[in-house]
Amino acid sequence: MKVRKLAAALLALAICALPLAGCGGTGAQGVEVEPGYDYERFADAGITLNVYNWGEYISDGTDGESMDVNAEFEALTGIKVNYTTFDTNEAMYAKLKSGGASYDVIIPSDYMIGKMASEDMLAPLDFANIPNFELIGEEYKNQAYDPDNLYSVPYTWGYVGIIYNTTMVDDVVDSWDILWDEKYAGDVLMFDNSRDAFAIALKRMGESMNPTTTSQIDHAAVELSAQRRVVQAYVMDQIFDKMEGGEAALAPYYAGDAITMIEENPDLAFAVPKEGTNYFVDAMCVPAGSANKEAAEMYINFMCETAVAVENCLAIGYSTPQVRAEVALPDDVKNNPIAYPPVEVLDNTETFTVLSDELNAYMDKAWSDMRAAPQ
Amino acid sequence: MAKALKRVYVVLLFSFLYVPIAVMIAFSFNQSKSRTVWAGFTLDWYKQLFRNSAVLQALALSVVLALVSALIATVLGTMAAVGINRMRRRARSVVMNISYIPIVNPEIITGVSLMLLFVVAKTALSSIGGGWLAAGLLGIPSLLVAHITFNLPYVLFNVGPKLRQMDTNLYDAALDLGCNQRQAFFKVVLPEIMPAVFSSFLICLTYSIDDFTISYFTAGNQQTLPIAIFAMTRRRVSPEINALSAIIFMVILCIILVANYREDAGERKRRRNKRR
Repeated sequence: MKVRKLAAALLALAICALPLAGCGGTGAQGVEVEPGYDYERFADAGITLNVYNWGEYISDGTDGESMDVNAEFEALTGIKVNYTTFDTNEAMYAKLKSGGASYDVIIPSDYMIGKMASEDMLAPLDFANIPNFELIGEEYKNQAYDPDNLYSVPYTWGYVGIIYNTTMVDDVVDSWDILWDEKYAGDVLMFDNSRDAFAIALKRMGESMNPTTTSQIDHAAVELSAQRRVVQAYVMDQIFDKMEGGEAALAPYYAGDAITMIEENPDLAFAVPKEGTNYFVDAMCVPAGSANKEAAEMYINFMCETAVAVENCLAIGYSTPQVRAEVALPDDVKNNPIAYPPVEVLDNTETFTVLSDELNAYMDKAWSDMRAAPQ
Repeated sequence: MAKALKRVYVVLLFSFLYVPIAVMIAFSFNQSKSRTVWAGFTLDWYKQLFRNSAVLQALALSVVLALVSALIATVLGTMAAVGINRMRRRARSVVMNISYIPIVNPEIITGVSLMLLFVVAKTALSSIGGGWLAAGLLGIPSLLVAHITFNLPYVLFNVGPKLRQMDTNLYDAALDLGCNQRQAFFKVVLPEIMPAVFSSFLICLTYSIDDFTISYFTAGNQQTLPIAIFAMTRRRVSPEINALSAIIFMVILCIILVANYREDAGERKRRRNKRR
């Protein structure tokens, strides 16, 4: 017992030394920014900006070559960034709603932006402080979740499709139907979250993925329970290992992640079903009550700088809405039809909107009933 | 037959304990991010870990928080234990039972209720004009208070029994021999209970580094190491985390080996001295 205590104490001391050792690792290199913007106006104000983003959703320079975006911002502006991360939109929402924390910049997904805007949780942005908003493509502005584009500046976007193993699938993959095909029984993976799963079932039936009645949800639930016979497993990030390892033939997933999987296993391919699919945007917002709104807008503007957007895009793997950054990307990235699909593909997509609380609860219940029912 | 079964049982038991760690360490050297495909040996994840300022900052916060909260909780808890030990039996059992509740209470309830408390305190503070105090409350101060709170009972229950084991006459004897009360405490009582005090400190340290649930609710806009790791699982756990875990494990292993060796050496020395 005594030995273990000693061990723990020494361990604690050893760990203390770790961060010190790591200090030399990151250094700002200086980044090229658009002329005419005064990034230094808060240099002596001693501001700390609280940024709340998805985990692993920024270029942080850990691979030794890419840019440490937050360090660059700190070096350029003299503003300190307190960067923390969340794992789901809902966790982020709960944290803000409870009043348990205050943030200056958050990066939620589309439907969550709509929900937070409707609850007055977001501050209208002063776009005079974000001139780089002009560099965001028009097609990404004024989306359903923020129709007048008052609250958000798009950060990344992507869409859902089917990733499949060409050595195991010999049919043409162009429809959600293949995820119901008995021929591939035991080789199909499916989303393990209600909203994405119902979206696929609804789209397959030719309906909107934003249901308005409980009967639509009932119909989709019947489809989903019929699908259980062919589904090997309901998964989220285990899709990476299963698809890369050839353990499953077909799975719906996000385009940006599909590119990552194809890099690991060249037998994989990606297709967008003709019935249409889900298109999503993660965008930067300032929560209502931010004490440093103008500095927050400066941060958002910095994230839209071409050099920064390119680095973030390369680190995350999702597509960038910043037009000059898209052009500046390496050829193999910008010409990749998965990352930047032809217009027809995007025309046939839909974003999630906020469901009413009743429909949301109804969908969650239908989902858990379906998952719990004996086969 | 029975012997073979015994062996199988022991092998199985140790496999469950150590195979996961071995796999984790092996995959911290895997070139690919995959958890199933072995793509060759690399030290890249270790290099990346030391460049990942978010993880290192979270680690630093966790370590500092653990040291400070364990220290404060140990001092406060020891003081409380001495006081409680002097109470009459009935009062003592009431106080000890009250202190038990936070230990058996699910962490999530402690976490949520502490968060509510801090939010209320924040609102109250800003309404009476302590705006600057209120703004800084949620974050490191609230984390510190929360960690001290959940650590305190462990100190009570470690130091309390040790105090009761102690011969009460020792303290009185020290007074008789001319110590004042403070001297009697620091020269006689404290050395006697020191092992329990020290082990309380280490228990607090571990619980504090380990804690996810309570920290999650009280961290404000800070993040401790467990919270940072949890957020990284959105897509998939980076092998950097394997690398970090492997380092922690190897450090522990080395310390245990060295400490064991030294203890053995001490034991041999004592035996030799006896023989003489």
